[in-house]
Amino acid sequence: MNEKNNTLLIYTLLYFGFLYVPVLFLPIFSFNDANFMSFPLAGFTTEHYEEMWSKRNLHKALWASIKVGVVASVVSTTIALFAAKAFARYKFRGEKISYGGIMMPFLIPEIILAVAILVIWVNLGFKLGLVPVTIGHTLFCTPFAMLILIARIEGFDFSLEEASRDLGENAWGTFFRVSFPLYLPGIIAALLLSFIISFDEFILAFFLTGSDATLPMYMWGQMRFVQKLPHVLALGAVIIVFTTFIVLLAFWLRNVGQGKAKKDITMKL
Amino acid sequence: MIKSWRKIYAKNDNIKAYTLLSPALILVILAMVVPMVLMLSFSMFTQVSMMEIDYTFTFQRYIDFFQKNLLVTLLIKSIKISFLVTLITLITAYPVCYYIAFYVKKNKMLWLVLLTLPFWTSYLLRVFSWKIILGTKGVINSSLINAGILNEPLTFLMYSETAVVITLTHAWAAFALLPLYVSLDKIDFSFIEAGRDLGLSRFEVFWKITFPLSLPGVIGAILIIFIPTVGDYVTPALLGGIEGRMLSNMIQAYFGKINNIPMGAASATIMLTTVVLITIIVSNVTKRLTQRLT
Repeated sequence: MNEKNNTLLIYTLLYFGFLYVPVLFLPIFSFNDANFMSFPLAGFTTEHYEEMWSKRNLHKALWASIKVGVVASVVSTTIALFAAKAFARYKFRGEKISYGGIMMPFLIPEIILAVAILVIWVNLGFKLGLVPVTIGHTLFCTPFAMLILIARIEGFDFSLEEASRDLGENAWGTFFRVSFPLYLPGIIAALLLSFIISFDEFILAFFLTGSDATLPMYMWGQMRFVQKLPHVLALGAVIIVFTTFIVLLAFWLRNVGQGKAKKDITMKL
Repeated sequence: MIKSWRKIYAKNDNIKAYTLLSPALILVILAMVVPMVLMLSFSMFTQVSMMEIDYTFTFQRYIDFFQKNLLVTLLIKSIKISFLVTLITLITAYPVCYYIAFYVKKNKMLWLVLLTLPFWTSYLLRVFSWKIILGTKGVINSSLINAGILNEPLTFLMYSETAVVITLTHAWAAFALLPLYVSLDKIDFSFIEAGRDLGLSRFEVFWKITFPLSLPGVIGAILIIFIPTVGDYVTPALLGGIEGRMLSNMIQAYFGKINNIPMGAASATIMLTTVVLITIIVSNVTKRLTQRLT
């Protein structure tokens, strides 16, 4: 289409505003020198940021979230890598059902996953804590990681692997010297995005943490008290900046060295 | 022996594929299927006292569910809110995707990344920002009062269904934008040109050509927005108040304060069944619609 459409352009820009403005209020009010979040702004302060240093529970929650996120993203990306390879490389019986089954945790309401894991975990006599949260997050991140990796592997020329095998390299050698380096940008993207998903996840953590709060659980706990809100705003602003950086990095990595297949990647996510 | 096994392995794609899939399948079975089966069986037990559960099978919990007005109302409200959210998200996102797919020439990817970026920031924080905006002392009310337009804050903004719908429309935007964009971007532009050449009006071109061809994206968006919304907990808890409560808030209460695990499990099972039924209905209806339109 060669013509322009200004009505649609204006609408699209307004929609961008609708998406971005609410998120921007957090950083704006995090520098505001008042306990209430209302206009006009009272004055500039970094006090709310300094407050974060003194909160022991916040540090504990941050550390818990990092632990859960690292384990969940590494395990889910590893599992997803094998699965993605199977779907991208082979045609096999029960392909659709297996695919649907692995995607399921992403499709059913999270609260149901949380409740189901809660019931089995408690009845097995285990204590609630970060372990069941990590299991839940691994389950929830695997489909995401798999989608990213399938997109990466689908554009892959499998004759490279065959050539390596023909030249006498064994399966592991082929994997580590040929496939792995080529998948690597996709693997890192999957790791980063899984980490972010786990880091921000609330419902599974809410049902399964018991007393070991993760960062979203910590924020949830603070949101009820008006006087504690400002440092949650500061924390939120930091998280937003951090997340944005990681996600942009992941998006960039997904496209590295993938000239033509670029378009298909967006279609997967 | 080992050699012959290797030979079979080397030749059989089924075995190779399932070896690779086994970790993922084991994870899904152990962490999702088995727990869900157990949840289903718990929905058929009875909570006798705080710590005690009677393990005789009964369907009483399901009968209880449909006899309790509150639960049925919450289920219906969850479905209603999800329906509204899905519809509004689709209608608002469609023109944006249409614009990017047909009018943007350079850097379409960049537009798309920018559209989905807010989606990656913490869901909890996004919901929280809406609390800042809609609250009685929030951005909208304080600005309007300071400007002298209002004397008292608008109370319908906060703790209401409206608040829940607005917030979720914002929260799930990316779920609509991506599938819609993908299906619109795939449309072969010569179809649209052909329609114009045959003398169809812009409106007719849209209804008879563009829209039917974008239906796969519409279906995808409907499903991935509707399903999480039915089970959403955070938004109704933070912004819904009493009016905006949904079924998940009650499920949480059964597992928490009320401590009636069988009743909670039954409610969760009913929610899951509803989701599955709606998925089946939506995909069947749209399949027929697609066949008729194209």
